[in-house]
Amino acid sequence: MRRARSGELVPTIPSLSIRNGEPAPLREVPVLTLPAFRDAVLGGIQDGGRIAALFGQPLETDGARLIAVLAHGKEGTLSVFSAVVGDAYPALTPDCPQAHWFECEVAEQWGVRPLGHPWLKRIRFHGSYRTGHDGWPHTDHASVPPGVVDFFRVEGEEVHEVAVGPVHAGIIEPGHFRFQCHGENVLHLEISLGYQHRGVERALVGGPNKRTIHYMETLAGDTSVGHATAYCQALEALGGVGVSARADVLRAVALELERLANHTGDLGALAGDVGYLPTAAYCGRIRGDFLNMTALICGSRFGRGMIRPGGVGFDVEPPRAAELLERLGHAVRDATGAIRLLWDEPSIQARFEGTGRLSPEVCHDLGLVGLVARACGVHGDVRQDFPSGIFRFSQIPVSTWHTGDVLARAYVRWLEIQRSAAFVREQLTALPDGPTRVAAAPLVANALVVCLVEGWRGEICHVATTDDRGRFARYKVVDPSFHNWMGLAMALRDQQISDFPLCNKSFNLSYCGHDL
Amino acid sequence: MLKAFVARLQQGRRTISYPDAEPTLPDRFRGYPRIDPARCRTGCSLCVDACPTGAISTDRRGPRVDLGRCLFCSECEAACPDGAIAYGRDHRLGARRREELVVDGETHRLVTALDEQTRRLFGRSLKLRQVSAGGCNGCEADVNVLNTVVFDLGRFGIQFVASPRHADGLLITGPVTENMRLALQKTYAAVPSPKIVIAVGACAIAGGPFIDHPEVHNGADSVVPVDLYVPGCPPHPITILDALLRLLGRLAA
Repeated sequence: MRRARSGELVPTIPSLSIRNGEPAPLREVPVLTLPAFRDAVLGGIQDGGRIAALFGQPLETDGARLIAVLAHGKEGTLSVFSAVVGDAYPALTPDCPQAHWFECEVAEQWGVRPLGHPWLKRIRFHGSYRTGHDGWPHTDHASVPPGVVDFFRVEGEEVHEVAVGPVHAGIIEPGHFRFQCHGENVLHLEISLGYQHRGVERALVGGPNKRTIHYMETLAGDTSVGHATAYCQALEALGGVGVSARADVLRAVALELERLANHTGDLGALAGDVGYLPTAAYCGRIRGDFLNMTALICGSRFGRGMIRPGGVGFDVEPPRAAELLERLGHAVRDATGAIRLLWDEPSIQARFEGTGRLSPEVCHDLGLVGLVARACGVHGDVRQDFPSGIFRFSQIPVSTWHTGDVLARAYVRWLEIQRSAAFVREQLTALPDGPTRVAAAPLVANALVVCLVEGWRGEICHVATTDDRGRFARYKVVDPSFHNWMGLAMALRDQQISDFPLCNKSFNLSYCGHDL
Repeated sequence: MLKAFVARLQQGRRTISYPDAEPTLPDRFRGYPRIDPARCRTGCSLCVDACPTGAISTDRRGPRVDLGRCLFCSECEAACPDGAIAYGRDHRLGARRREELVVDGETHRLVTALDEQTRRLFGRSLKLRQVSAGGCNGCEADVNVLNTVVFDLGRFGIQFVASPRHADGLLITGPVTENMRLALQKTYAAVPSPKIVIAVGACAIAGGPFIDHPEVHNGADSVVPVDLYVPGCPPHPITILDALLRLLGRLAA
């Protein structure tokens, strides 16, 4: 028996409790009955957990195994449990909105229909991976046209609909946005993605192979270091390989440089969206300075080639560290000058404040992650709650702001820029010794590992399971955008449609990271 | 307001002097590969086996690298015991025709300019519409960066516009996912003729890491005719700029 948050005693439901990057035999993941599985998800969330991943894995016999990974930030543990389902099961979403998008994904990938799901839609527009079983019976399997779904419609006098995308006005990825408006006011926004779907998860099965690391680096190309780090940690955990402290530090430096570049670029873009050109122009350039620091380390502005199984692809010798430190000093000084203007200019504050507000309750209900959650005052950060690599020994304070609006999402970025810069400076000043890379090892068979990394957008979750031969039986990728797109839709409610670009940029979510 | 002026003074002038001066690239930059067929052992296929995208082939004349498929990961360089392939620092990678992207260690062919009539139309003013068709936001980001004060694309008369109807051509990134095929075709159709198409990045040229996935079409030229290919994963902004300027005949051969 255990005591629930409500105070009552409830029976303990078996689950596997592991830490970030701790491998476990697959047989230790309990297979629960469907009612027990449901109780475990709902109870776990009631006790402060959050769904980090919920996915299907096909069974050799008919049906699929649903595997849930709940993240318990306070305890720093991950609970994993599963249930076997056939073509349908009672949906979790009516009682647990966090499961909403995951259940749509399970239905689309494995043809397992969550009965009673209030808003079951295709999210990537591809045929089922389980031949002969489809979440949407009677579909024409030859083609699943993207964006063709029943959009929620508001009707009435002066209500109108605005459709945007997939091709947008700027140089950005494709997605479709459908607004229901009353005058300028947005009553409802529905986001339909899938245009970027490249079939990565399907292609990862049977790996790892020589192409796997490149899939990781291009899952979301602006988060190459984040996703590659999660993947390499999964391989190292399953292979029983320990990387050197030096490699851990260099990985973290690359991860924080990625954060610095993207946060700086986002603050510039936010300034551009409210027509404040000085900060927009400066930050656009300073973002490049951070990218060029990554290129100084590994030759690629996006960190391609840096994170490799067993360590890192490139070392930072003392002269290179000195050069990086000097460049970091200049870039941070310039960024400070450019970004401070945002907080001093009343016309910017007026546009940022109160725009696209999300409450901590909505944030919790939807299971939002990363800087979006921290901008709702939620104290959660993988680097602090589930530390791996060098973050086990060297912490970065968690940055939060409480207002939940565009201002908060901008301000949290600024706080994180300062803290990441301080961290990179500290690490480069005292690089530990050790090899940059150690040999990889074959993966243990029939095992599972969950790897979490705090990418610049938020929690990156990779779950790998291996088969009898130590190959990937399933490799689940959850980009932070997968959780957070629904947050953007909610933030737009009762906002002016003209504020959409600003709200969208304040989230700056990944299309391909979602579409995979 | 005063603070904005002070900040302006502190930020200084940041536009690079390229193309008047050579660009500064990091020492570990992986650019045009140097191939030395004389060093290549007969019967060895280590480079071919190491390549994640099948960019390398070998025959009696030594290895050939298809830059269109190449991710510039340099695994082939690491795998070759004899140093027959080495990635150099030359940023000039673009080509007008797909087959010109195959590097065999002989002449390094550069992008040739558009014909005179097209150049008269676009040479001093080129408006492009960008379409991401499955791109990972790497190529998109390093195309977008051309608009910053560092590269200041506008000084060359090249501009990205919001509508295909205002454009002289398309700049395509990504492998062209099946889910973006129709949108890309419609966008192409909406550009008034004469028009040009530029494929940026390994994905848009040959599918990149997603080559031969049933979900993608292995690049832009399976859907629309392509006039300029810019290899890389993603290409460095200078590589993209070099190709654009050569296409418009604004860089001496």
